[in-house]
Amino acid sequence: MKIHITHGRVIDPITQRNSQSDLFIAAGKIVALERCPAGFTPNRVIDARGKIVMPGLVDLAARLREPGYEYLATLESEMVAATVGGVTSLSCPPDTDPPLDEPGLVEMLKHRAHGREQTNVYPLGALTQQLQGLRLTEMGELYDAGCIAFSQANAPLLDTQVLLRALDYATTFGFTVWLQPQDAYLARGGVAHDGEVASRLGLPAIPTCAETIALNTILQLVRETGARVHLCRLSSASGVDLVREAKKEGLPVTCDISINHLHLTEHDIGYFNAHCRLVPPLRSVRDRAALRAGLIDGTIDALVSDHAPVDVDAKQLPFEAAEPGATGLELLLPLTLAWARSEALPLVTALARITSAPAKILGIPAGQLSPGQPADLCIFDPEREWVVTPKNLKSQGKNTPFLNHLMQGKVSHTLVGGFIIHEDARA
Amino acid sequence: MFNPQLTPEGHLKHLLTIEGLPPAILFQILDRATEFEAVAHQEVKKVPHLQGKSVFNLFFEASTRTRTTFEIAAKRLSADVINLNVNASSQSKGETLLDTVDNLSAMQADMFVVRHAESGAAHLIASHVGPDIHVINAGDGRHAHPTQALLDMYTIRHFKKRFENLRVAIVGDVLHSRVARSQIHALTTLQVPEVRVIGPKTLIPRNVERLGVRVYHDMVRGLKGVDVVIMLRLQNERMNGALLPSRDEYFKYYGLTPAKLAHAQPDAIVMHPGPMNRGVEIHSDVADGVQSVILKQVTFGIAVRMAVMSILAAPTPHSAA
Repeated sequence: MKIHITHGRVIDPITQRNSQSDLFIAAGKIVALERCPAGFTPNRVIDARGKIVMPGLVDLAARLREPGYEYLATLESEMVAATVGGVTSLSCPPDTDPPLDEPGLVEMLKHRAHGREQTNVYPLGALTQQLQGLRLTEMGELYDAGCIAFSQANAPLLDTQVLLRALDYATTFGFTVWLQPQDAYLARGGVAHDGEVASRLGLPAIPTCAETIALNTILQLVRETGARVHLCRLSSASGVDLVREAKKEGLPVTCDISINHLHLTEHDIGYFNAHCRLVPPLRSVRDRAALRAGLIDGTIDALVSDHAPVDVDAKQLPFEAAEPGATGLELLLPLTLAWARSEALPLVTALARITSAPAKILGIPAGQLSPGQPADLCIFDPEREWVVTPKNLKSQGKNTPFLNHLMQGKVSHTLVGGFIIHEDARA
Repeated sequence: MFNPQLTPEGHLKHLLTIEGLPPAILFQILDRATEFEAVAHQEVKKVPHLQGKSVFNLFFEASTRTRTTFEIAAKRLSADVINLNVNASSQSKGETLLDTVDNLSAMQADMFVVRHAESGAAHLIASHVGPDIHVINAGDGRHAHPTQALLDMYTIRHFKKRFENLRVAIVGDVLHSRVARSQIHALTTLQVPEVRVIGPKTLIPRNVERLGVRVYHDMVRGLKGVDVVIMLRLQNERMNGALLPSRDEYFKYYGLTPAKLAHAQPDAIVMHPGPMNRGVEIHSDVADGVQSVILKQVTFGIAVRMAVMSILAAPTPHSAA
């Protein structure tokens, strides 16, 4: 199928392009920008007047809840959420049930996810068997089955010796290890930042040093092993400082934060709003400011949805008992745009955090619009406003702190490999 | 921010926490309690304020004293009282908190008195129930225990007459204490100029100064010149482990003995929300001594709870206070 996208403003962070331009797609790839190639007759013309044409979003953290948690969400429901959100590539953490620790499970997931034209799914394999932090998984086999990197998800890895060996083993094959820095002992029982709000509401707290101690351990092991590590979901100002220093030192680390931590703080918990029960916890206003600064200066490479659909019942509980997590696939783009607006950032800079930068971390050919690249892209109306309501969200999870918030920016088309997988009739 | 326990007119709809309540409402409750205190001395200890209303004591966490005083208070107001200890029944069958509440609402409950082991449970229930149902928080996790704080304020006013010239010290496990949090909010709302908290660092929450208190780790220094000493209960499970090495060491440094009490004002009163651990946080000579008003607190608790229930059942302007 040949597609001609006309009159859109094309934003491509890699080439810094930000101009009105036509775009031509054939055989699943971008074949040209601006000028129509000789003999190109499109089967379909998309009028993108007043809209922005950008690389499809690359989301480093989206839980599809399969296998094992189909009552929370299914691959089908979450893949629709991804396409509606303009996400064309995503990586899913291994915290399924059972965890993605065997090649068969990964193959099954890949098979289910690749059944038709839809968002590219890049599973993360479990770093340790059952995510128990005791024995290594068959990383080589898992890689061959389709895992793109290895992660412990939110599961604790208490034994530092196992962590050292896991990093060494992964490095043998050149695999990247994704770690969420949170000391399990310091975080034990905690549900909120160890600050003013937790003290006031009487919520068990997680101190900032839970993050910095874990980060220091990981960074020291990176120095020791030379392992390439991606640090997931930073939450604190001191965490950002440590990563900034580590990068200056030349350590092979990258990192991300979630849309929730970019926009919210402990104060958003208000009167025990269970939608703000997140891992890591929302921290102070100063922490949020540091995360925002880090995302601008590149200390933080990528912005992720940290998509975690949770059942309504699991959120209608006292804050401590509520299941952590928030749905996010459909909010990643509008919340990135909101951040860009509030910081007066050029879109080409802001959108890099959800396209080219995460694609680079995954090492995949995505997140850019150059000729020859797979035609994974999204077209959105930057002016269109919509309200986050359960009805408007396609994800099975309706749980988000942004419920009833007004979003600006709505995806009208999502293309993967040259196929139109989402088209908003109203747009 | 929207205050979930007040009606748009500013009347008390639920009592979930002291935090954020205007002083006028606190005084309205204390004044109403003064009226009700007389009821206990009548031959017929009943008034008709809650006649025909159903009060459900919904206790998800074991309690004898609090539940009993709420029960007596409701009965003196002529309400029908239903006691439910939910730990033992539906929760173990997998029914959720809100399912339980829905079921009881369907039985035409007018008021829920709720105790739960998790912070925020009372807020959750209040946000869920129908518009005609009132919720009283009888203790949620570490968060709040507003009627306890109110009866403590009643006790303080009874003995000290006013709040604006007092120094008050709260001693012990502030970190895990819903009582301490509610007391701090009540004392600062009532303009007590100096509120101190005393305890080892492991039992004092971070940033507690933000609530308007001074932190002391040395009990003798913390008690110097105070008019009111409020002791907190130290729960057994805190005594051996990483928070405290032993009950003996705790008693040595933070137990209230006659010698330590001597550093307070000579007419200082000693309070405790109960139940007491004699020899752990308080010496028997103090608990039973002349400065102790601990049993008076229990008596006042009934009048204060009657006051809260009657105000919730028939909201009236509180400006007269």
